[in-house]
Amino acid sequence: MTAPISSFMPGVLTASAAARVGFAHRCARFSLRARGDLAPLEAALGLSLPDRIGQRTSAGEREVLCLGPDEWVLHAPESDATAITAACAGVYADHPHSLVDISGREVSFVIDGPRGAELLTLGCARDLDTIAVGEGRRTLFDGATVILWRDADNNFRLDCWTSFATHLFHLLDTGVRELGAENH
Amino acid sequence: MLLIHCPYCNETLPEVEFAYASEAHIARPTRPSETTDEDWAEFLFMRSNVKGPLYERWRHVHGCGRFFNAVRDTVTDKFLTTYKAGEPRPDLSSLTEGLK
Ligand SMILES: [Zn+2]
Repeated sequence: MTAPISSFMPGVLTASAAARVGFAHRCARFSLRARGDLAPLEAALGLSLPDRIGQRTSAGEREVLCLGPDEWVLHAPESDATAITAACAGVYADHPHSLVDISGREVSFVIDGPRGAELLTLGCARDLDTIAVGEGRRTLFDGATVILWRDADNNFRLDCWTSFATHLFHLLDTGVRELGAENH
Repeated sequence: MLLIHCPYCNETLPEVEFAYASEAHIARPTRPSETTDEDWAEFLFMRSNVKGPLYERWRHVHGCGRFFNAVRDTVTDKFLTTYKAGEPRPDLSSLTEGLK
């Protein structure tokens, strides 16, 4: 039943009257770990690094989410990747940090539709009401670590490792069809 | 399912996001080469195995990733408190006062 990851094309993968699951376009993804004075890094990246877990900031098409006390995930267009790497390398000597390109490690599903939030309760034990619109969290979804970005009440992005993608999609697809069937 | 308060996220979250990481406040000998076999075995293997409130480590592995400490009653499974790694061990009598 599981399809290889290469078979997912950007766009809607499954949909019903209740919810839709799409596959996001590829983007540049970085894991950033840093402590101490963050100002030089913020200046290099051109955005402020949020200090509360779950908080997001963005500048242009660069978007950052605070995952832990010294950990952030950064998304940007693929064409911006080399600029980000170079900018952080420029301050590395005086402000050591870890910037790791994880673009090849993760993919994102886009969940929306009138019961999008309810669809996520299928695999997520966390109370989704605690994730405000415009925030995000790392959590567990049916056994896989995922990052949820809540873009609207019923609109989420779900980042997961590529090796979990087909499994998670299969579960989401079942949920989309099941919630859709309930509507009739 | 248990709900566990992560002192770094400052949120009370489902148990499945967390991993248990054994008893807390066990200091590794600073000079292992000068430690006797008995003391080293004590450090490695011997745990208090209390029946009641236990100081223990947990990790918010599917969240902020941080290790922190907790006091959990091993009989009732109730968490009396959680606190950040490196903070002093909270006084037990103040935690159990309200329970008696
Ligand atoms: Zn946490």
